[in-house]
Amino acid sequence: MRGENYMNLEFPSKSANEAFARAAVACFAAQLDPTLDELGDIKTAVSEAVTNCIVHAYPDTIGQIILKARILDGNVLDIVVKDRGRGIEDVEQARKPMFTTGGEERSGMGITIMESFMTEFRLSSVPGKGTTVHMKRKIIRRGGKK
Amino acid sequence: MKLTSYVQDRQLTIALTGEIDHHSAREIMQTVSEKIDLYMPLRCILDFRDVRFMDSSGIAVVLHTLRRMNTLQGKLFLQNIPAQPYKVLRAAGIEKVTEIREECTK
Repeated sequence: MRGENYMNLEFPSKSANEAFARAAVACFAAQLDPTLDELGDIKTAVSEAVTNCIVHAYPDTIGQIILKARILDGNVLDIVVKDRGRGIEDVEQARKPMFTTGGEERSGMGITIMESFMTEFRLSSVPGKGTTVHMKRKIIRRGGKK
Repeated sequence: MKLTSYVQDRQLTIALTGEIDHHSAREIMQTVSEKIDLYMPLRCILDFRDVRFMDSSGIAVVLHTLRRMNTLQGKLFLQNIPAQPYKVLRAAGIEKVTEIREECTK
């Protein structure tokens, strides 16, 4: 049995870090031997979560984003993206497809995509304190692996 | 951002490249808008062949381009979309508001 592996990252909410964050998680996930499709789903979900921190949690400032990833038993990748930004007043509304407070530059599909691309998705938020997104993705074991 | 484009018979083809995320989307939208304003096309084609990654910011790019083309009473087409961007576009039901095709006919 494989011992638990994990990574923790902390970086400022600069949009240049979106590419860094999804690439870092993709590299970490590589040990689970994902397919290109699975890797694409994971990168997309991480990109959405980190973008939400940048656009919504810290709209007028640069704040701190914490990104954690762990390997769980059963070939599961567990990802947490956390900010200490302004939080979400109405989580139900935020989860609705096509709803956004981000203007014309945003599509309002970020949360919908995270929900549908990952195996599990949880969002908790405290207005004024911050938001945490917790998601899991099971990577299918393929033939030829012990 | 430099985007390669090609115009013929009021058909504007724009080749998107690289990674489309929130960081790059604003510049892409601006460049696409400038090209549409310059050439006033009847048909605009966004070509995704060289897009290596796209998140939901790409949906906003497509919707933005669609609105510009609608104001010109023109049409928007998307072509050569790799699997990862296609999955993101499909999650937003983009195929219901614009035409997706493999190759354009001149």
